[in-house]
Amino acid sequence: MKKALLKFFDRIEPSKEKHPFMHTLYDGFFTFAFTPNHVTKGGVHIRDGMDLKRTMVHVVLALQLCYIFGTYNIGHQHYVAIGEYTGLMQGFHLKLIHGLIKVLPIFIVTNVVGLGIEFYYAYKKGHGIEEGFLVSGALIPLIMPPDIPLWILAMAVVFAVIIGKEAFGGTGMNILNVALLARVFIFFAYPTTISGDEVWISEIDKIGVGQYVSGEYGWAHGLFDKLFAWFGWAQFGAGGQAVVDGYTGATPLALAAKGGWQAVTESYTPGQMLWGTIPGSIGETSKPFILAGAAFLLVTGVASWRIMLSMFLGALGMAYILNLWGATTFMEVPWMYQFYMGSFFFAMAFMATDPVTASSTNRGKWIYGFLIGMVGMIVRVLNPAYPEGWMLAILFMNVFAPLIDHYVVEANISRRMKRAKTTA
Amino acid sequence: MKNGITKASLFLLFLFTTDISFAQGDATSGNSIFSIALIAIAILLVLVVIVVVGDNLLALEAKRTGVSEKGGNVSIFPKWAEIMRPKMPAHIDPDNVTVLKQGHDILLLGEAAPDVIETASVTRFAIQPKNFRGLAPIPKMLVEEGVSVKAGDPLFFDKSNPDVVFGAPVSGEVISIHRGEKRAIDEVIILADKEIQYRDLGKIDLEKTSREDLVKHLIGSGAWNLFRQRPFDLVANPADVPNNIFISTFDTAPLAPDLNLVVAGNEAAFQAGINTLAKLTSGKVHIGLDGRRELAPSTAFTQAANAEVHWFHGKHPAGNVGIQIHHIDPITPSSKVWTLGVQEVISLGTLISEGKYDCSRMIALGGSEVIRPRYVRTYAGANIKELLQGEIAPGNVRIISGDVLSGSQKSEDQFLNFYDDQVTVIKEGDYYELFGWLLPLSPRPSVSNTFPNFLYPSLKFEADTNTHGEKRAFVMTGQYEKVLPMDIYPQHLMKSIIVNDFERMEGLGLLELVEEDVALCEFVCTSKQPLQKILREGLDYMQEQA
Repeated sequence: MKKALLKFFDRIEPSKEKHPFMHTLYDGFFTFAFTPNHVTKGGVHIRDGMDLKRTMVHVVLALQLCYIFGTYNIGHQHYVAIGEYTGLMQGFHLKLIHGLIKVLPIFIVTNVVGLGIEFYYAYKKGHGIEEGFLVSGALIPLIMPPDIPLWILAMAVVFAVIIGKEAFGGTGMNILNVALLARVFIFFAYPTTISGDEVWISEIDKIGVGQYVSGEYGWAHGLFDKLFAWFGWAQFGAGGQAVVDGYTGATPLALAAKGGWQAVTESYTPGQMLWGTIPGSIGETSKPFILAGAAFLLVTGVASWRIMLSMFLGALGMAYILNLWGATTFMEVPWMYQFYMGSFFFAMAFMATDPVTASSTNRGKWIYGFLIGMVGMIVRVLNPAYPEGWMLAILFMNVFAPLIDHYVVEANISRRMKRAKTTA
Repeated sequence: MKNGITKASLFLLFLFTTDISFAQGDATSGNSIFSIALIAIAILLVLVVIVVVGDNLLALEAKRTGVSEKGGNVSIFPKWAEIMRPKMPAHIDPDNVTVLKQGHDILLLGEAAPDVIETASVTRFAIQPKNFRGLAPIPKMLVEEGVSVKAGDPLFFDKSNPDVVFGAPVSGEVISIHRGEKRAIDEVIILADKEIQYRDLGKIDLEKTSREDLVKHLIGSGAWNLFRQRPFDLVANPADVPNNIFISTFDTAPLAPDLNLVVAGNEAAFQAGINTLAKLTSGKVHIGLDGRRELAPSTAFTQAANAEVHWFHGKHPAGNVGIQIHHIDPITPSSKVWTLGVQEVISLGTLISEGKYDCSRMIALGGSEVIRPRYVRTYAGANIKELLQGEIAPGNVRIISGDVLSGSQKSEDQFLNFYDDQVTVIKEGDYYELFGWLLPLSPRPSVSNTFPNFLYPSLKFEADTNTHGEKRAFVMTGQYEKVLPMDIYPQHLMKSIIVNDFERMEGLGLLELVEEDVALCEFVCTSKQPLQKILREGLDYMQEQA
């Protein structure tokens, strides 16, 4: 089979001179299917089995649990809002399909736009297609609200990939985390689509102050309804149901900012927050699944444990200090419950550990992670405008990572110079 | 003991208090107990801070007054390194061990069997001027084709340093002088006599000979290329007096020969070599010993006179002399050190004590494609085809003079490099692998835990030359530091070389490195960057500037 496939690839290979863009595309897909037959030349004669594709795909694998749960949770939150199938496993097929109808377009738009730009730049610059967007393309859908308009998403991806990455020279050269740059673009350019109480629940329309109805279902839902009717299962129906009275869809952080821990526990139990059956961005709510992904990254050694640990310590320390200060009800939220709310673990496991934008020295990683933890907690608790702090904290520290490295490296240089002077 | 109890009780107290705070956190009421717990933690933290500050002040004071000596510990806390110290065999002096945590051993199939050591029937030997770095481009030949020479007879000299002549490793007839590009000399090939004839160089009594006379004798005897000089890894400059001379007595590279077998029977020559070196340096002769072997190394190494021994406990590249230099007495821009391999020291010793230039070498033939991996005795620069006669498995293979990390590729009719003591033969990896990056089907060496390799720490691999991926920009960080036991930031150093930042590359320790030291970094590199090549470019650039 392998030989037949190789033969097939050989036959369809476009000419590099006549169709350079097609050849770049072909090369991308070919190297995706086959590790090339390159042999070492000069230098080492054997090479480690690890390459960038394998590194990247392990991050994507670590995200799979978040994808599965996130997809289901979109449907679950939708039905909780309209007061049907409120049990987690009730209406399983409806919730799953509803989630898929939301997630798949987001995933497809992100990757088609992002990879399209990558392919174009690879062709323009005449190098092979690099794997950088593999991870960004998997991360971006997970940090979006389920109802994000697709054209806004496409704009954000274009901005992040062109301005954030290709302008700096492509994979490995960017200063800011590409996935977070896409999110921060929406956050500042189209704030109403990514902040507030309504956006975290899919298909909910505001019809008046405190009044919501669920949106009309589209053709995709109708298609599945036919299938479900055939099986004799429950169906979506036409939509447009009224949302249960008093339901706001506010996230725990929004509640905590208003009324502290007490307000949070009135709406959600700690168990719900831990398992992630709460409104939020698609992939960031379920702590156990994120931590499973983080553990996978740590065991395989793909992500830096130094950054994860120091970021945890930084956030913990800051939460503790804020507890001691205790000027507002939000500050009084017990420090361990700060970790139940918001997207801390997702940011820690998948965002802060991006090796390109993080500090590159081991000592620098400790400082970098610790400061993200502290700054993020400050933004979350002390800043009234931004409900969550990790995106801004990580981007902020991305900018400072080279500076941290500079001082760590300079210390090494001055140590060596000192030694040279004492022996001379 | 006292330290242990203090530490344990502090830890228990900490555990206890954190437990209370957690228990309280789950209840929504009972804020008073929670705040008491918080206060208790705060008090504890303050106490710990006071103790730690006091402890550090003590350490500072001890350093200032010179109370603390090497290995001493004035702190109330036991040193982390002491707790984590691996178990050492009893024959090692525990105060004289450098434990190197970073590194990685690449275990390959085809290790040379130590029980049978054969004499290889090789007839052609070559000396290759390109093995010697720092020479003027084209050396001046002193012999012509067809001339008979004895071992030690001068073959050519370096035009930039006309006193230094390079001697023949064996006696016989010069059958061919291969010239390469721009008339540079690639190989001077000698058809060896059945019985090697040695040019009589005269024995030297070290006690009665001054350093100048000794140097003059060594230069004239054609053996000066035994000495290599760092930084830059050049043939030593006779005008320089080395600050120190370093010898590593173990090689941790994949399939490297066991140097204890090499020195067996040559103990006296090794000691004579050390004595000579002690005379040549203004500092000391340092010997690096393997602290990982269960068996004690040869007493020729451990009890060498006129030298200082240092134990090193660690994975590859702990056996590289460059790593050992870094931990014994690091190279600075103004210092010059010499390095020799064990076999070169033995040659030097024979030269001094018996008056003959004996280039005999023990070579390990290894690798998955060698049919009978074993040790053979021959001379420096042996012909590879004759050395491996009938020993290479059929198929597309790569023959390497040296190890798989820093050796050089050879075709069958080429010759062993002068300083190499092993030949490795492995498979060429010019195949396509379906989804090889995702689901590799054959085991392959890797430091990454994404492969199940870490579950089988003693598994030996049949490695091939496939790159397992394409070259990319630097993306991953911290990889090189994990396998380079030096206080160096390899990735920043490489980047400074790429951008020709002269001051930074010197500051980041370029001078302490040669290719073999970063070879393992190059192996692990996810982005498949050619680090050895980049490093040499940096060294060349630096040499130009100097």
